Amino acid sequence: MNTLHTITVTINGQAYEREVEPRLLLSDFIRHEIGLTGTHVGCEHGVCGACTILFDGEPVRSCIMFAVQANGHEIMTIEGLTPDASEENLHPLQASFREAHGLQCGFCTGGFLMTLLPFLKENPDPSEQDIREAISGNICRCTGYQHIVDAVKIAAAKMEGQ
Amino acid sequence: MSTRYFGQRIKRNEDVRMLTGQALHVDDVNFADMLHVAFYRSRDAHGYIKEIDVSAAQEREGVVAVYTAEDLGDYWQPGPLLVPPPPTIKGLIFNQRTQVPLAKDKVRYVGEPIVMVVAESRYIAEDAAGDIWVEIEPLPAVIDIEQALSEDAPPIHDDLDSNLAAHVIQRKGDYETAVQQADLVIKRKLKYDRGTAAAMENRGIVAQWDAKSHKLTVWDTTQAPIVIRNGLAAMLGLSEHQVRVIAPFIGGGFGPKIMMFYPEEVLLPWASMKLNRPIKWIEDRQENFFATTQERGQVHEAELALTRDGRVLGLKHNFIHDGGAYIPYGLTVPLNSQANALGPYATPNYYSEFKVAFTNKPIVTPYRGAGRQHGVFVIERMLDIAAKELDLSPIEIRRRNFIQPEAFPYNHEIIFQDFAPLVFDSGNYEPALDMAVEMIGYEQFIKEEQPRLQAEGKKVGIGVAAYVEGTGIGPYEGARITVEASGKVSVASGIGTQGQGHFTSFAQIVADQLGVDVRNVYLVTGDTDQFHWGAGTFASRGAVVAGNAIHSAAVEVRKKILKLASEKLEAAEEDLELADGQVRVKGVPETAINLGSLAVMANPLRGAVRPGTEPGLEATSYFGPESGTTASGVHALIVEVDPETMLVEVKKYVVVHDCGKVINPLILDGQIHGGVAQGLGNAFYEQLHFDENGQLLNASFMDYLLPTALDVPRMEIGHFETLSPLNPLGIKGAGEAGAIPAAPAFVQAVENALGEAGPEILEIPLSPNRLFELVLGVGLTQKTR
Ligand code: FES
Ligand code: FES
Repeated sequence: MNTLHTITVTINGQAYEREVEPRLLLSDFIRHEIGLTGTHVGCEHGVCGACTILFDGEPVRSCIMFAVQANGHEIMTIEGLTPDASEENLHPLQASFREAHGLQCGFCTGGFLMTLLPFLKENPDPSEQDIREAISGNICRCTGYQHIVDAVKIAAAKMEGQ
Repeated sequence: MSTRYFGQRIKRNEDVRMLTGQALHVDDVNFADMLHVAFYRSRDAHGYIKEIDVSAAQEREGVVAVYTAEDLGDYWQPGPLLVPPPPTIKGLIFNQRTQVPLAKDKVRYVGEPIVMVVAESRYIAEDAAGDIWVEIEPLPAVIDIEQALSEDAPPIHDDLDSNLAAHVIQRKGDYETAVQQADLVIKRKLKYDRGTAAAMENRGIVAQWDAKSHKLTVWDTTQAPIVIRNGLAAMLGLSEHQVRVIAPFIGGGFGPKIMMFYPEEVLLPWASMKLNRPIKWIEDRQENFFATTQERGQVHEAELALTRDGRVLGLKHNFIHDGGAYIPYGLTVPLNSQANALGPYATPNYYSEFKVAFTNKPIVTPYRGAGRQHGVFVIERMLDIAAKELDLSPIEIRRRNFIQPEAFPYNHEIIFQDFAPLVFDSGNYEPALDMAVEMIGYEQFIKEEQPRLQAEGKKVGIGVAAYVEGTGIGPYEGARITVEASGKVSVASGIGTQGQGHFTSFAQIVADQLGVDVRNVYLVTGDTDQFHWGAGTFASRGAVVAGNAIHSAAVEVRKKILKLASEKLEAAEEDLELADGQVRVKGVPETAINLGSLAVMANPLRGAVRPGTEPGLEATSYFGPESGTTASGVHALIVEVDPETMLVEVKKYVVVHDCGKVINPLILDGQIHGGVAQGLGNAFYEQLHFDENGQLLNASFMDYLLPTALDVPRMEIGHFETLSPLNPLGIKGAGEAGAIPAAPAFVQAVENALGEAGPEILEIPLSPNRLFELVLGVGLTQKTR
């Protein structure tokens, strides 16, 4: 169990090489080995969606994968959405969440953003029902979802021309 | 004064940090030499600890320390009583028993911590927890709250001869007279079962003892950092100034993250000092189902006495409240149930008696609503049943009983959770009801839509429920506001923040007073080194109590600005205005001075100042309301029940809400939406199922169902403002309102959908399964296979 494996993972465009135990969760790797703490962990059993990241462009739950499985793959986390975390450079999806008050405590938000990014690429003009289905695997305990749905509509309109 | 920001839908200041993954949460605090903790928790609900063997754990590589209750020595103490029972209620019984850091001799619920393991990583700590052997001699578990008080139930606390934790009677008028005068008396038994707050972020603690500076820093997911700091300092024998508690961004609170002195909260700082290393414990989701407090279990025997025309003469209810294994939070929850059963109604005679039972289940403390929903459920259900008997509409019976607007302040003559008499400060209930009835389209639904849909075989129904919520209770909060040399304004306050938008709503209050951009007001909150007076965020009090303290400090700073600027600009104070970050002479905008420059002048570094001069443009103020202020509202919804699956779909949801003056309607809407989602979860999805041995059967998000975006409907909100006379801003609290009346409104709608042949529903939470059982129980099968 303690044998270490060397893995190389590209996160937000930067390659990281680390030695990890095979049992190390991908979420723990991202948060505690790499220090990208914007990916949150709400349940560690794959239900809440807070830990969602993009894995080779697909949304996956990093709490139910091992870090070794990411060897040679590309990951994007919430920190990869903007170049510098400034207000001016927010991604249109982030800006829309702010506009519509789509977050309260913000703990679930990263997971929602990472789920929605590929969804909006494939569904540039989603209906309310489409949006609700798309986020039905992400739990938010604060917002009651309505402002999140509103945010996605605004984001879809903003991103259409891009 | 301009009110550019107050009342506006301002985007939040805190969002950018959260949206870019830069908001600090407790689990984001890391140190190179940090140790990690896991707990061995009781697997039995009730029993004597016979043996604890930690030797294998101690030997495991990477394990630094293993502690049991014995190892804590004198530090092992039951936790403090956080809220004492009101001293003013006569004949009150209260058997104070509070949680212990690690179980000694006896375990009292599944999940109670017995051993603490400290290791180089969490993975190793958990391995080591698995090495531990604890032998328990089991006792019968006390689970059912009615049986808990029966004579043959084994006492959970051996020094008591029963499981009675408290007994309280409160009355107003004389209920028996009401019965004699009544044309109709209704009696029912109602049940409300347990759920959990399930904030998305679990609890967590990082403690760092710095032996060189002799300071302890604790990052804690608490809603009340100052109380925790003071308590920890006392327990650890440190000065309060040696302890800094930081409640950074918290991923949802909803009550259970209040000032608990949870075992982990008490143990980690102690271990950090002992081991002289930073140390972390992050609760996992499964632990959260046991180790974090819960709420909601009550059984009520209620009676309502009315006249023929539906006027309430009296209400009586006896109830048992499930306290769990310990009662550190006193009687807050059952007192709220007691007070809120009166609702917005003028009830001349009231008799309410409750008993709190110890049970072998996790500890009960307030969770959003904090017992209010039980009271509201009781009175709203009883009114519905009375309306049916009297052939009145549910709307009409409520209308006939509302406290009238000219009757405020209205004294209910019983004692509330803040120890003060329950007096409603202000309100106007009928227009709110009218607005909700209008928004949901009540008449049209009943007369046209429902018959039409019923003819198509659909089971659709409508429900309307009203409520009041005592909010914004004392004792007090404070704030310090400083204009900095940059012209930015900093606000320090003691309350913690869990997503309520304080960084914005408080900034709005300050920006209006000082004429600055709302984005230039920077709030520091939840850090005891920045501000160390205050109680915390609970009971929908943040905006009311801290908001008014901040307002008052801002008014003081404004005075200082005007005074100094009047000297410097050689103009009378009345001729000055504050705008765009400047003080300027009205009509002569060139004669102006920046707030930043003025702040520098107010803090001279050479020369002399007049005696008594305080430096800086800074003020500290406190606000302590005499008593709580009463928010109110009406919820209305339309549902469709699928007769095959008993799934209930909410087709439309309307909230009309009166929380006094609104600082930021966007934030308020969000609070209401989230509250309704939790209320609906409570009504139809969320229930903790304990078996007879006290084992929780659904301790995961696979089995404990939280509402998703497909379950929560779109909501329409109507705002209605009756200003509170109890504070200068006229605001009332809003944090819990969404969650409170959802269940009775939901149940009324489901009953209405199932029609005359359907069941009378007297319990919450429901589920498709439970609804199916209830329906079968009264013979409505509708099945023609
Ligand atoms: S933390 Fe991964 S799904 Fe909940
Ligand atoms: S904003 Fe708090 S959980 Fe979604």
